[in-house]
Amino acid sequence: MAVATKKPSVLSKSALAKVDQIIARHKDQPGPLLPVLHALQAEFKYLPEEALVRVAIGLDIPLSKIYGVASFYTLFNLRPKAEHVIRACESAPCHVRGAKEVIEALENALGVKVGEDTRDGRFTLELSSCIGVCGVAPAIMIDDEVFGNLTPDMVPGILARFN
Amino acid sequence: MATVTLTIDNQKVEIEESATILDAAKKAGIKIPTLCYLEDINEIGACRVCVVEVRGAKALQAACVAPVANGMIVSTNSPAVRSSRRLTVELLLSNHPTDCLVCPRNLNCELQALAENLGIREVRFEGAKPSWPVDESTPSIVRNPAKCVLCRRCVAVCEKVQGVKAIAPIERGFDTVIAPAFGHEMIDAACALCGQCTLVCPTAALTEHDSTAQTWAALADPKKHVIVQTAPATRVAVGEMFGYEPGTIVTGKMVAALRRLGFDRVFDTDFTADLTIMEEGTELLERVSHGGVLPMITSCSPGWIKFIEHYYPHLLPHLSTCKSPQQMFGALAKTYYAEKAGINPKDIVSVSIMPCTAKKFELTRPEMEDSGFRDVDIVLTTRELGRMFKQAGLDFTNLPEEPYDDPFGITTGAAVIFGATGGVMEAALRTAYEVKTGKTLGNINFTGVRGLEGVKEATVPVDGIDVKVAVAHGLGNARKLLDKLAAGQADHHFIEIMCCPGGCIGGGGQPIPTNTEIRQKRINGIYAADERMAIRKSHENPAVQALYKEFLGQPLGHKSHELLHTHYTPRGKYPKTDK
Repeated sequence: MAVATKKPSVLSKSALAKVDQIIARHKDQPGPLLPVLHALQAEFKYLPEEALVRVAIGLDIPLSKIYGVASFYTLFNLRPKAEHVIRACESAPCHVRGAKEVIEALENALGVKVGEDTRDGRFTLELSSCIGVCGVAPAIMIDDEVFGNLTPDMVPGILARFN
Repeated sequence: MATVTLTIDNQKVEIEESATILDAAKKAGIKIPTLCYLEDINEIGACRVCVVEVRGAKALQAACVAPVANGMIVSTNSPAVRSSRRLTVELLLSNHPTDCLVCPRNLNCELQALAENLGIREVRFEGAKPSWPVDESTPSIVRNPAKCVLCRRCVAVCEKVQGVKAIAPIERGFDTVIAPAFGHEMIDAACALCGQCTLVCPTAALTEHDSTAQTWAALADPKKHVIVQTAPATRVAVGEMFGYEPGTIVTGKMVAALRRLGFDRVFDTDFTADLTIMEEGTELLERVSHGGVLPMITSCSPGWIKFIEHYYPHLLPHLSTCKSPQQMFGALAKTYYAEKAGINPKDIVSVSIMPCTAKKFELTRPEMEDSGFRDVDIVLTTRELGRMFKQAGLDFTNLPEEPYDDPFGITTGAAVIFGATGGVMEAALRTAYEVKTGKTLGNINFTGVRGLEGVKEATVPVDGIDVKVAVAHGLGNARKLLDKLAAGQADHHFIEIMCCPGGCIGGGGQPIPTNTEIRQKRINGIYAADERMAIRKSHENPAVQALYKEFLGQPLGHKSHELLHTHYTPRGKYPKTDK
């Protein structure tokens, strides 16, 4: 199945006003950047380029630095994602407990490669750094939900819960 | 200051307590290898090449950031240290391209030198190689992330010295790349194109855009009349590429070498530096007497111009409307010179030798065609010129010293000091004082505006007015002055700003290495060159006087406005998003 990557759209006037509100809300707290980025993502599901430029102006932080932070954390989306985002942990504990096979099972079940969206816009498949549940490795997150102690044959059943 | 005594490789060293192990080792005559370290600019202990063994410490310490302590016992050359450094460098090499033989930094690459000094003869690891595209979007700087070792020296110089912050590390881990926000190309970033990043890059991840092939082609074309101009700062630097001490004045040999490359005429940008003083000095007097926008700020430095266009566009009316000496030269070469020499300007190829990467951008600015043609066709940095001399097989050290050609070869000491921070100001003061008062200056050396202090201020009494001047070099220092100006706290008449630390002698196109010590030596060379000149004031340049008489009329006259003055373009901080 081919990829359907959504193109970022230009923000409406009301969306830009929303961005300014978010900046104003966090501007005066120490270390405002991460809270602002979280709030933007909660609002738009990703971090639109125009919004980040407004953050640069509003917080007086260089745009290059803001993008450096936004791109450093895998939990920030830099483009619009599908309805559900699957994050498969690729850290060492998950790796030695069979993450590779689980990721292959995800790719087969979804018909996409890592980094791609399913054509129907239901799932984005991504890799993630450690999600902090090494005790139940290998693990994945779908949106905010964690699934651990996985084997490849469990994958279709888990995906079915989101259909 | 309190000192401590420590032992490094069995030698006792006494040093101030704020020092690092690297400082102490240097004092003891021990050279610890470094890679990411850049004195005062990038001290982050990231690359681990400088590790040393400290007795009692659990792990090896990065000497560039580890503070000294009393009684500390350090080994810089133990088996554990050697093995760790080798491993680190082998890992760096595991994903580094191995095309050294055809790399622009071959034989002047810090990674290559490290591998050699550590005696690495094989790389035990074969890593995946990142496949980033080469960014050739600007006419000035080429960014090749495949050769990047992620030392962050470029990021540090861009942020801390220049205050531009155009590039940063983006993504993480193996995917990390140094790039503008959103991974945009450099042309879409609010970058001054100063090239300081190319000076500090240890490898060829950031280099100047190479124009040597284009120049060779022009020189080989019998239908073309190829002329060249050389910027003040190049004559005290190009010798470094042939073993001369930094700051050695090699003007005559450079002229001889250029002639041997096949240039039809070898001219000097110093000529139009003198002309700049006539135009800019007159403009300043105009502004002072007619209530024009003050302070007036110099406009010679194209990196500085691009910076103010991006970051302080509301202050553009403060800029002098004078073109830079390079562009004045270009406009005159294809008009006055073409007419005088009886050459069709369309057959002229105008090349300039500059210490600067931003000059390559400047020549492409759409307005720079007042001669009816592209005023300047090719800019070569000092580094590219040195390479062309080598390609031509010139025995540079044994060349005779030759003079420049007329008419653009007659110059003054006031023009050569344009190459150092404070030089334009000093040249302007020499002329402004004498023209305004009609008196001869007793002492023409305005030493208050010389030297490497970031922002210099002086007050000079001229004809009953206390003329207040300020000089800044490096864009970080420029910011300090501009912020004062924007806040209404700058009561100067005239401000000189140069984009690069030290002025043009520290330009982004100068030989590598360029550091504070080398900058100071080149500055010394510049003032020595000034002392050697028979004429040291721009208004006394007979060729400039003849130019006004024969062609231009008077400073700020109709022809001057047409050919020698320009306008600026507000660009904004977020050029891509604003588009």
